[in-house]
Amino acid sequence: MAREECVAQWSKTGDTSTLRNRKPFPASEQTLLTPSGRGSSGGDTQSSNGTSAQFSSRGRSSHAPPGGGVPLLMLVAGLSFSTRLHKITEPPHVCWDETHFGKMGSFYINRTFFFDVHPPLGKMLIGLAGYMSGYDGTFPFVKPGDKYDHHNYWGMRGLCAVLGSFLPIFAYLIVLELSRSHIAALITATLLIFDTGCITISQYILLDPILMFFIMAAVLSMVKFNQQKHRPFNASWWLWLVLTGINLAGALGVKFVGLFVIFLVGLNTVWDLWRLLGDLSLLLVDIAKHLLARVVGLILLPLFLYITIFAIHFVVLNKSGPGDGFFSSAFQSRLIGNNLHNASMPEYLAYGSTITVKNLRIAGGYLHSHWHLYPEGVGSRQQQVTSYLHKDYNNLWLVHRPDSNESQSGTPDLVRHGDIIRLEHKETTRNLHSHLQEAPLTKKHFQVTGYGINGTGDANDLWQVEVCGGRRGDLVKVLRSKVRFLHRATGCVLYSSGKTLPKWGWEQVEVTCSPYLKETPSSQWNIEDHINPKLPNISLSVLKPHFLEILLESHIVMIRGNSGLKPKDNEMNSKPWHWPLNYQGLRFSGVNETEYRVYLLGNPVLWWTNLACLGLYLIMVAVASIALQRGFPLGPKRMEHCHVLMGGGGLLLLGWMLHYAPFYVMGRVLYYHHYFPAMLFSSMLTGITLDILLKSTDLLLCPPYSDWLQRVGQMVLLLAVLYSFYLFHPLSYGMTGPLAHEPGSSMAGLKWMDSWEF
Amino acid sequence: MSPLRFHNNEGELKSRVVERRHLLEVSLLPWIRNKCLRIRSRHLVTCLQSPANHRSPDLHTHTHTDTQNVTTDRETPAAVTIVTEGGTAELRAVPSADRTNQTAESPIDRHNTPETPGRDTHTRSEANVSLSCCSRVSVMLQLPLLVTAQVDLVLVLVSVLGLWTRLSRLGCPNNVVFDEVYYGQFVSLYMKRVFFIDDSGPPLGHMILALGAYLGGFDGNLVWNRIGAEYPSSVSVWSLRLLPALCGALCVPLLYLLTLELNFSHLAALGAALLLLLENSLIVQSRFMLLESVLIFFVLLAFFSYLRFHNSPNSSWWRFSWLLVSGASCAAAIGVKYMGVFSYLLLLGVASLHTWNLIGDRTVSHLSVCVQCVCRCVCLLVVPVLLYLFWFYVHLSLLNRSGPHDQLMSSAFQASLQGGLSRITQGQPLEVAYGSQVTLRSSASQPIPCWLHSHKANYPIRYENGRGSSHQQQVTCYPFKDVNNWWIIKDPGRQELAVGSPPRPVRHGDVVQLVHGMTSRFLNSHDVAAPMSPYAQEVSGYIDFNVSMATQNLWRVDISDREAESEVWKTILSEVRLVHVNTSAVLKLSGVSLPDWGFRQLEVVAEKLFQSYSSSLIWTVEEHRYGTSQEQKEREAELHSPTHIDVDRKISFWAKFLEVQWKMLTVKQEDSEHKYSSSPLEWITMETNIAYWLHSSTNAQIHLIGNPVSWGVANLSLLAYQLLAAVYLLRRRRGFKDLPEGVWGQFECLGCVCVGGWLVNFLPFLLMEKTLFLYHYLPALCFLYLLSPALLEHTHTHLLSSVTQRRTLCVCASAVTLLVFLSYRTFCPLTYGSPELSANQLQGLKWRDTWDILYRRR
Repeated sequence: MAREECVAQWSKTGDTSTLRNRKPFPASEQTLLTPSGRGSSGGDTQSSNGTSAQFSSRGRSSHAPPGGGVPLLMLVAGLSFSTRLHKITEPPHVCWDETHFGKMGSFYINRTFFFDVHPPLGKMLIGLAGYMSGYDGTFPFVKPGDKYDHHNYWGMRGLCAVLGSFLPIFAYLIVLELSRSHIAALITATLLIFDTGCITISQYILLDPILMFFIMAAVLSMVKFNQQKHRPFNASWWLWLVLTGINLAGALGVKFVGLFVIFLVGLNTVWDLWRLLGDLSLLLVDIAKHLLARVVGLILLPLFLYITIFAIHFVVLNKSGPGDGFFSSAFQSRLIGNNLHNASMPEYLAYGSTITVKNLRIAGGYLHSHWHLYPEGVGSRQQQVTSYLHKDYNNLWLVHRPDSNESQSGTPDLVRHGDIIRLEHKETTRNLHSHLQEAPLTKKHFQVTGYGINGTGDANDLWQVEVCGGRRGDLVKVLRSKVRFLHRATGCVLYSSGKTLPKWGWEQVEVTCSPYLKETPSSQWNIEDHINPKLPNISLSVLKPHFLEILLESHIVMIRGNSGLKPKDNEMNSKPWHWPLNYQGLRFSGVNETEYRVYLLGNPVLWWTNLACLGLYLIMVAVASIALQRGFPLGPKRMEHCHVLMGGGGLLLLGWMLHYAPFYVMGRVLYYHHYFPAMLFSSMLTGITLDILLKSTDLLLCPPYSDWLQRVGQMVLLLAVLYSFYLFHPLSYGMTGPLAHEPGSSMAGLKWMDSWEF
Repeated sequence: MSPLRFHNNEGELKSRVVERRHLLEVSLLPWIRNKCLRIRSRHLVTCLQSPANHRSPDLHTHTHTDTQNVTTDRETPAAVTIVTEGGTAELRAVPSADRTNQTAESPIDRHNTPETPGRDTHTRSEANVSLSCCSRVSVMLQLPLLVTAQVDLVLVLVSVLGLWTRLSRLGCPNNVVFDEVYYGQFVSLYMKRVFFIDDSGPPLGHMILALGAYLGGFDGNLVWNRIGAEYPSSVSVWSLRLLPALCGALCVPLLYLLTLELNFSHLAALGAALLLLLENSLIVQSRFMLLESVLIFFVLLAFFSYLRFHNSPNSSWWRFSWLLVSGASCAAAIGVKYMGVFSYLLLLGVASLHTWNLIGDRTVSHLSVCVQCVCRCVCLLVVPVLLYLFWFYVHLSLLNRSGPHDQLMSSAFQASLQGGLSRITQGQPLEVAYGSQVTLRSSASQPIPCWLHSHKANYPIRYENGRGSSHQQQVTCYPFKDVNNWWIIKDPGRQELAVGSPPRPVRHGDVVQLVHGMTSRFLNSHDVAAPMSPYAQEVSGYIDFNVSMATQNLWRVDISDREAESEVWKTILSEVRLVHVNTSAVLKLSGVSLPDWGFRQLEVVAEKLFQSYSSSLIWTVEEHRYGTSQEQKEREAELHSPTHIDVDRKISFWAKFLEVQWKMLTVKQEDSEHKYSSSPLEWITMETNIAYWLHSSTNAQIHLIGNPVSWGVANLSLLAYQLLAAVYLLRRRRGFKDLPEGVWGQFECLGCVCVGGWLVNFLPFLLMEKTLFLYHYLPALCFLYLLSPALLEHTHTHLLSSVTQRRTLCVCASAVTLLVFLSYRTFCPLTYGSPELSANQLQGLKWRDTWDILYRRR
């Protein structure tokens, strides 16, 4: 029943075709001919699948873009490129996070290994762009404000700007696909083209434009793929499926925020499969084919690409650099220039050696101590022992016998499994010590301290060496043995909990003595450096790690690094609720009156319109769905609006929520620019909402007047956007002279919120 | 629907057992007998059909429904009829098999033809062994007055058992157990009516505990400092623990009723009640002055009453009272612990789904839909919010004295409490005038307050890192009341430091100078980097060293909470920013403590480019008086003397509520790990326990350890439900309707309530960063206990087809029940803290390596 009604309605729409810019299309015949389309709504509840069937029939019947598209698209592209590329080389100094990402681009050119919390694709592209444009990787990128002088930085900025210029184009196409309305698409494109925030964030060497490029491309190909659903397994179906997969890999390869768009595509796919499963005209074999195609296109392919990105990353970066200490000994041995690369040191641990001890937990640090005591109230007030990720003199420890009478002559004795040793910290001459006091953070464990002086301590300084899987008398191999240190007096085992100490501990990682003797990597250590002049150095080949091991390790290090970015106490940090309000921007460059200032802030008129439209959208959807649920008679035109609102709008709203809501539960430090992907979705939603609102003017007025009202509304919107862009454009293209709250400024009177800092 | 009774004229009694859902109901029928008979026979017909009708309208068209009906009916085997006639009682037991037959012959059973005869016998045989019992007490007085009562003896039984397990020997141990030490202090503060703020939850829970203490005559004079401390004999420990224990006990019958409301049988209900009854951790948690049992009680009550509302026939308006109860219990649950919010959201979700269906129901008129929607909104949205406010209203009106947490609150709030700040600030002049002597308190320094301070010590010429300073007098923020906290507001244009008459008030936008009372230095700032925060400007008391460093001591008063442009600067109420006129930097507390040269006081700086509203920029005048003396010596004497005059300042309940609520949500206590804290994932497998109490000399101890068998059953049923639901969903999607619609609805509803309840009470903990304990899992666990027997019944009725399979299932279920009971018995000593166990026995109870059981060394 429902199906027939819907088809009837569509044929009517097709015939009358009152909407502008839409050619009449032979919808009805096609709908009636394709059996699969019908099946999708058959045998199912009307509320869930009736919608999608109607939606799909429309989508299919007009899969070719409506007429007049190309000139409009050219216009959008032209405006987009010109706004982004305008004054791209200004200011000629390092701005904000360029200091990180530019530097990492240089690292790729120099092939130096580094550590960053984001996956490598974005920085690789930046590096590539720099390389192609003749940048030689010599600029140090020390701090924001450094002049570039003769270095070729425009290539890296240019890449970001070009990728950023695609955003309005993609948004235009997505909205066009979802709403079949050029007006809605144009509104969206206008919002994005003239948003000062989008312009600013696209103009510098940052990961965000690259990330957003992939996000939008993924959404676009997903939407295109959805439109192909009635001709499964043909060429363009495969094309869009594969493109979606590629773009997902790209998004995830730039930042982990790409996961959100993967969720979006995932939910969309699950919904699609659910729809197919309910289509009783399809055999289970067909459904299995669909499932398999999606698994290949959306899971395996992106995974493969993602891994490839990392493979390239590891192949390119083969020289030792600043990030070495974050990784395990085995990992470091891959890097040219690292002391473990073709290492040469005494093979077996001996008494009297100087060693560094590294925890085996992935991203575990070196056993470390320094001239600072535990503060009052944290166990006993003895010297701190921590675990530290960087290479440092304070990581050095001396291996002694318990009675400290070393045999002075001859070759030193070797340490064996089960031996009792004393570890003396080389710099401070205190012994590694533990006792029955609560550890600072892990209260179930005991505290580990440095105790005694010049090697004299007490019975609590004794540790028993145990090689994992070894027997009594086994020697301790440097680098390759997994060693545990058992505390003699209390029977606990030296343990690195992975928790970060507060400020008094210099935010290093806690080391405890655990009474639970289970073998975990946290309680296992390896001897990394081993210096003993009395023993011959032997060239050691450290077991080169497997590629998948490196991959896993680098991910865990990245995740640790990400969650380690905690907000500092005194710093004012940005809260997620600030963002849609455009409450506070980010200073990209310049503070003083004399400096060239760039301030990342969205065009407030646009952002507040977006915010209002979110509310408006919810109201409109509520009204529409209640009307449908109660079965009020709606005209065919109104029905179409309802379906665009609930189908396309729903997808965009979901996208917005997926890119916004997770930030509320994130513990890490947040910045204003994290909102930009969500803002893209919000702008697209605004396009659809405003378009339908303006088209619904005939609810208020009779036809000729309602058309006029619609036109007037569109013109007002356009003028408002243009005028506000004229007002706020100095935010992106740079301001000099007095600050905004002083009368002589170019931004005088525009500081509408106290929290804006320009 | 009224209870079914049938009498004939001779007073001879014939009873029929009908599936009873209204378990205790008394119908008073003051009719003459003939009339009575007629009316009742009419009821009989409706009643006989009602069980099916009642469950879901379309149920009786399916054969499976009948199956279910039989299932439910056969569990009411041993009815006991008590006839009281003229004071004599007669007890007559009707053979159960008979009655089962009778039920089976009810009109609905006509559809039951496809069932095999074997099934009938099976039904009967099981009915004989069933424990469940439903009886009816009918009391017949002399003549027309007739009282009919129906009592579900099983319900009574589980209630009694619940009370017995939770309430027996409540006073033992006579020591402070675990978190009683935490909640106890609040109870004491309630008794003394001293204001406090506790970020662990809203005040209703504390108030319930305090009510128990109040009824027991507790006077609040007890120092709660140590777990294991003995209660003095004057304290009735019993009354302190009574209310939580009562709530814990009532959860048992409530779970029973809730299962019935989910349309499962009495036997399933009994199973759920038993699981809850024999759960050691719930018993432990209920028997002390703790809040989990209260929370669980309100959450279960909310769901029960909502389902009661939903299951009632549409026609009766009486059912909205159940909805009201539901809303009120939601508010109470949130009032006890914030975790209740998630259950509330789940309930709202279920309710909106039902409302959505109602909106889609085109047989109901628009008006009726509107009215019903409004009613639901009022009961489930408006009433809870109002009640939540009401808890705070009671809380704030009870606590009207100043106390230990005053310092967390704003000056205005403190001034509204008796004693404390109000004693000092009472009667201060309201308007700050030129010549006023004031102390300026920073709004940012939580939880310790601090006041703008200066003293006769200069900044060091060079700091540790070699940077230079102005070497002028230090200005700091000092967390103690001190005479050096006094500042005098001076008009830059005039010399005098006393208040003129009439006083000239300072207004928003005025430019003033601030003179330090004791040293007479002017508050000054200049373009010199501050000691600890080099990006900001230094603030000092100006000393002219003749080094061409000009005075820059003018400050503009910027009242941020002003209502009018010419707002007067008010004591306590006004939040003021002091903007440095020369550099437009703002006076700010940086929060960094200075090194030894600054006596570890807090650093004050002036910062440019202020970031709109930040509490570190805000200062309020706390103590205030009009200065009268012009001479320095006199002024010092004046500063040393206390302030006083008399005016009362009140702030509205709304302002107080907002402040308290905000503080509760934002005050962060230093969260360090506790010895018994655990992570949420450990709860599912019960890797962890909590030692609550250890006897001071013996090995007797109380632990929060759950019943391992029930715990396993709960986890299994959770898994089983999810698997089953996935299979059903996929098959339904492909057009195989395994279950008739009514049963499917029941299954869905079970999932929404139980699995949903588990999820909302468990998942949020995964995201929380606070210290978590095993007891946080208990609300979620209760939902699993609700799920397990219901799922078993579902399996029995709809999945197993052969008699042997069903028998096996029954045997398994009984065996598991026995195991549950045995493991309950095993852990009883750790639950009740008696009898004392030897070290070996304790070792034997350590079923998991990770449990921490204490041994006293002898």
